[in-house]
Amino acid sequence: MTELVKSQMRWQRKDLLGIRELSAEEIIFILDTADAFKEVGTRDIKKVPALRGKTLVNFFVEPSTRTRTSFEIAAIRLSADVINISANSSSLTKGETLKDTAKILEANHADIIVLRHSSSGAPQFLAERLTSSIINAGDGAHEHPTQALLDLYTIRSRKSAVAGLHVVIIGDILFSRVARSNIFGLLKLGARVTLVGPSTLVPREFEKLGVAVSYDLDRVLPTADVVNLLRIQHERQRKEYFPGIGEYIRLFGLTKERAKLLKPDCLIMHPGPINRGVEIDSELADGAQSVILDQVTNGLAIRMAVLYLCGGISGQ
Amino acid sequence: MNTVIRNGRLIDPANKRDEVADLAIVDGRIADLSEIRNPKSEIEEIDASNLIVSPGLIDLHVHLREPGFGWKETIESGARAAAAGGFTTIVCMPNTSPVADSPSTIAWIKDRAAEIACVHVLPTGTISKGLMGEELAPIGSLAQGGVVAITDDGRCVQNNELMRRAVEYARMVGLPVFDHCQDYNLVGNGVVHEGYWSTLLGLPGWPSAGEEAIVLRNVLLAELCDHHIHCQHISAAGSVRILREARARGVKISGEVCPHHIALTDDAIQNFDTNFKMNPPLRAQEDVAALLEGIADGTIGILCSDHAPHAQFEKEVEFDAAPFGIVGLETELGLFLDLLVHKNQTIDLPRLIEMYTVNPARLLQIEAGTLSPGRAADVTLIDPDLEWTFDASASQSISRNTPFNGWKLKGRAVRTIVGGQTVWKM
Repeated sequence: MTELVKSQMRWQRKDLLGIRELSAEEIIFILDTADAFKEVGTRDIKKVPALRGKTLVNFFVEPSTRTRTSFEIAAIRLSADVINISANSSSLTKGETLKDTAKILEANHADIIVLRHSSSGAPQFLAERLTSSIINAGDGAHEHPTQALLDLYTIRSRKSAVAGLHVVIIGDILFSRVARSNIFGLLKLGARVTLVGPSTLVPREFEKLGVAVSYDLDRVLPTADVVNLLRIQHERQRKEYFPGIGEYIRLFGLTKERAKLLKPDCLIMHPGPINRGVEIDSELADGAQSVILDQVTNGLAIRMAVLYLCGGISGQ
Repeated sequence: MNTVIRNGRLIDPANKRDEVADLAIVDGRIADLSEIRNPKSEIEEIDASNLIVSPGLIDLHVHLREPGFGWKETIESGARAAAAGGFTTIVCMPNTSPVADSPSTIAWIKDRAAEIACVHVLPTGTISKGLMGEELAPIGSLAQGGVVAITDDGRCVQNNELMRRAVEYARMVGLPVFDHCQDYNLVGNGVVHEGYWSTLLGLPGWPSAGEEAIVLRNVLLAELCDHHIHCQHISAAGSVRILREARARGVKISGEVCPHHIALTDDAIQNFDTNFKMNPPLRAQEDVAALLEGIADGTIGILCSDHAPHAQFEKEVEFDAAPFGIVGLETELGLFLDLLVHKNQTIDLPRLIEMYTVNPARLLQIEAGTLSPGRAADVTLIDPDLEWTFDASASQSISRNTPFNGWKLKGRAVRTIVGGQTVWKM
């Protein structure tokens, strides 16, 4: 596969734990590698032998369908053998520890473990203790690196470059790993980032990460090159953070009326799953500016690139 | 056997003594030197040249984990760790299993300590039954059973009315009330200081206001009930400010500080190492500065460890899931000497010894913490300039959950004497 890769860089990491630890060069290297794999997806036979004989375990200690499916398809296209394991963290707490479960996966010759976990830092915890490659598929409110990479990839493919763009991330930033990984990645590639949402979910402390914080969506939208809408939930643990969905839509929902403020070439993104009519108007989600389904397709290429790069390091 | 400790710098803040002098021990008690001059029996001589001769140190905040959690620590191992750290008296917290909310559990702890502990172990009882924060524990019976204070440490009574009645009731039986200051609503599921690092790492934040709100509540209740409330392990700048203002008005309120809250800040959590997870959490640099200021001006009068042992398998889990707490008995004196006396010059040696002896003894109303003739001969010899490295693997404690493994420190206890007997010697 290496002949498909443009850059001269040599990939050194067995794990992908987060975007914060990556250099801009490493991020671009992954995006370039994904370009090659994107082409594979257009072939009749969408399968390459890159990870033949390797075993990948999708270890999901928090429910997810989209991300797990994307990793599974990506791994199958790379010819890896794939096992899916789901658990909930409460059963882990009561019974076997995360460390013991992971050690057993390793003893079963798992070359790559894709981990989704409700606790921030869980992938790093495993990476420090296992020789298997650990790929973070989302940990607590910490990072979701492959989501940020596919977002960057989507932006780059539509806008040619990320540097200089104004990216607005809207919604529940405080509890969002997607937001954090996007912030780190966008800043490393030279974008300007503004966070918008209720003050309870977008604390000013985020300014210290190098982004702008605003509570006035209408003022921010006209200069946006990309808006990235995060899923808003008003469940048990969020009741104290904002009064309700109706008021949220009034203040922060991307309605048709508000969308008129956008530049015609502004991209509308959403990591999914979408609450139609809440964070985004249903028609806008399917409209010309929306790249939401592109994100999903690009996610396959990104995850193939990440598995290929890190999987090539594991066990060496 | 009788003992004389020669040529040490004898620091006894309760008697305002700081001089090079000899100290006599006769039949396990501090004696007048004249009793040694006419010896009836053999005399053990201890050369304390270049050492501090201090009243035996007191740590009023220790978790010994027995009954119920013997795999973390036992009364025996915890007492040995205390002796190795220079402590002759430790006060153990009641969050055991069963919870120390009945005279029978207190009796068990006292019996076990008398049987096996090499230092004095003083139990506390709970404020509420079962640490549940709903009903008063039998505080009068606990007092008769010999507890030195009541506390729900590890938890915090949220119901202000229940806390008010507990303080009133404790006043009647003459027990100080210790409080772990944490507002559950404000803190929620917080595991690290709410600030830059919690924001960056996406870990649930534990805001300073969660401590400050309860410190302020305690000031109001101490005033209302005219009785002493002691705020445990103060970590936030605002708490120091509230205590300073209240103490200036004569409110019966006090606070204690643990070494990790001045040795470390919240940036230490960035690798998700659970040996940096404690409650209250490591805070920001401005909090450290405020704690140092509070220690310097006397707002904070007591130092302690919050020694909280946990087994490796319990700590080696996801950050969210790990129990709070670190061991501290063997490092606290070294850390405070190093940080408060040597590096920051926050306080001098006599003041540090006061914070570890007479101040806790007064709060606990116990006959300890001085070198007055006639008192039990609990003595700690300290080399304030000895440079040493803490090796957790050589610890006396059963547990190893410390962030200070490998730290180079200046100053430590070199001999611990309880009732005239050397129980630990370097």
